[in-house]
Amino acid sequence: MPRFESYGDGVPGVNPEELSGWLIVIEGTDGVGRTTHVSRLRAHLERLGYAVAETGLSRSDLASRGIRRAKEGNILGSNAFNLFYATDFADRLEHQIVPALRSGFVMLTDRYTYSLIARAIVRGADPDWIQQVYSFALKPDAVFYLRIGVTELVPRVLQNGGFDYWESGMDLPMGPDLYESFIAYQSRVIAELDTLARGYGFETIDATQPVDEISDYLATRVSALLEPADRSLDERRAGG
Amino acid sequence: MSEHASGTYGANGHRFPGRLFIVEGIDGSGKSTQLTLLAQWLRSEGYPVVFSEWNSSSIVKATTSRGKRRRLLTPLTFSLIHATDFSDRIEREIVPSLKAGAIVLADRYVYTAFARDVVRGVPPRWVRTLYRFAVVPTQAFYFRVPLEVALKRILSGRPKLKPYESGMDLNLHADIQESYKLFQSRILAEYERLVEEYGLTVMDATKPVEAQQRILRRAIKLHLEALRPGRAHHAAV
Repeated sequence: MPRFESYGDGVPGVNPEELSGWLIVIEGTDGVGRTTHVSRLRAHLERLGYAVAETGLSRSDLASRGIRRAKEGNILGSNAFNLFYATDFADRLEHQIVPALRSGFVMLTDRYTYSLIARAIVRGADPDWIQQVYSFALKPDAVFYLRIGVTELVPRVLQNGGFDYWESGMDLPMGPDLYESFIAYQSRVIAELDTLARGYGFETIDATQPVDEISDYLATRVSALLEPADRSLDERRAGG
Repeated sequence: MSEHASGTYGANGHRFPGRLFIVEGIDGSGKSTQLTLLAQWLRSEGYPVVFSEWNSSSIVKATTSRGKRRRLLTPLTFSLIHATDFSDRIEREIVPSLKAGAIVLADRYVYTAFARDVVRGVPPRWVRTLYRFAVVPTQAFYFRVPLEVALKRILSGRPKLKPYESGMDLNLHADIQESYKLFQSRILAEYERLVEEYGLTVMDATKPVEAQQRILRRAIKLHLEALRPGRAHHAAV
């Protein structure tokens, strides 16, 4: 049985049998500490001797510039934006994630399809449709969802430079006030992520805990996930 | 029209006051000429006409061009970037125009994607789901032409073929012209399936231009009876 499979028909031209490695996803809203935890997890895994690669939203060679330009001008239709993100994701899946897995890397991804599905649903996309659009995605080995309530999120966002136009859903008719729009928008995104967490079986982590506790926990969980593949090697080393 | 699986394109028709006519066919079928003539006629009759072209949204176009120029596009991203562009046109051009009661003419529509993407190996069901947001046209015309005729028109007039439109990414043939021929023949076969599946109106594209135009106008007229031409809207759109 191949190590990986897609939710749907898969990626044209990609044979899942060729993929090894691990695909680990950190999900969560903005300001929840994803970047910190991805970099700590990376350092931890590299200490253990694993080759690690990273990717995150709108970091594709193909579409990142276009998305940035479209955001600057807010001149793209809302559903077109959803599909632009899907294009970006597909490019990263094919050119970053798949090659890394082929080489046996641990692929850490700072958000996956789920955040994109959530933002699309909040912007009016049909949940069933947008999930089918993303059905070519590979099922990750694990999804860790750093969850936080919107009230706990506010001070963190202020600390990190304040409210972002898009992360506040200002493109949506939620009113002209940035703060109120942020609250309304993020509440809906969190609600959608909670629904997806149940549907896809994320492991939910309370992101209000101290940072060190969370990163220790993630390190332990991911090590445990990677360990079975190494056990035979360890046993051999120990002399059976 | 045939039955379409729920959750895929074609399951729901539109109820906007406007009309949407689209033309499809391989390169060299003469569809664009026919559509241009149709637009001129409709405008002269006083109808508000909006002309929508495949691959025309400026922001997305920059990304598509970049992907093509640098050969970054795979079957999957080729499909998605064109769907992105098309979605932008649907949202910001086609639907508002239809709501305003315009006659929208589209040179190529979702069927181009269905034919081309499936030839590239994208699952047929997935691409039909992807385009579920698209408005179903009032009438869709397929300009059927034998491969040899189309190739002759294209290859005699425009020798510079582009890699993606020739399907060079599929490794069908090392020679671009040979690859183009093979790619077009596969697209043609896929179009024939779509004629059945979506009940496209078949036009004989080997007939003289003016004869085809007469047939096209006659067909379109049937859908315009309830629409009143208004000179006032003429310049607005």
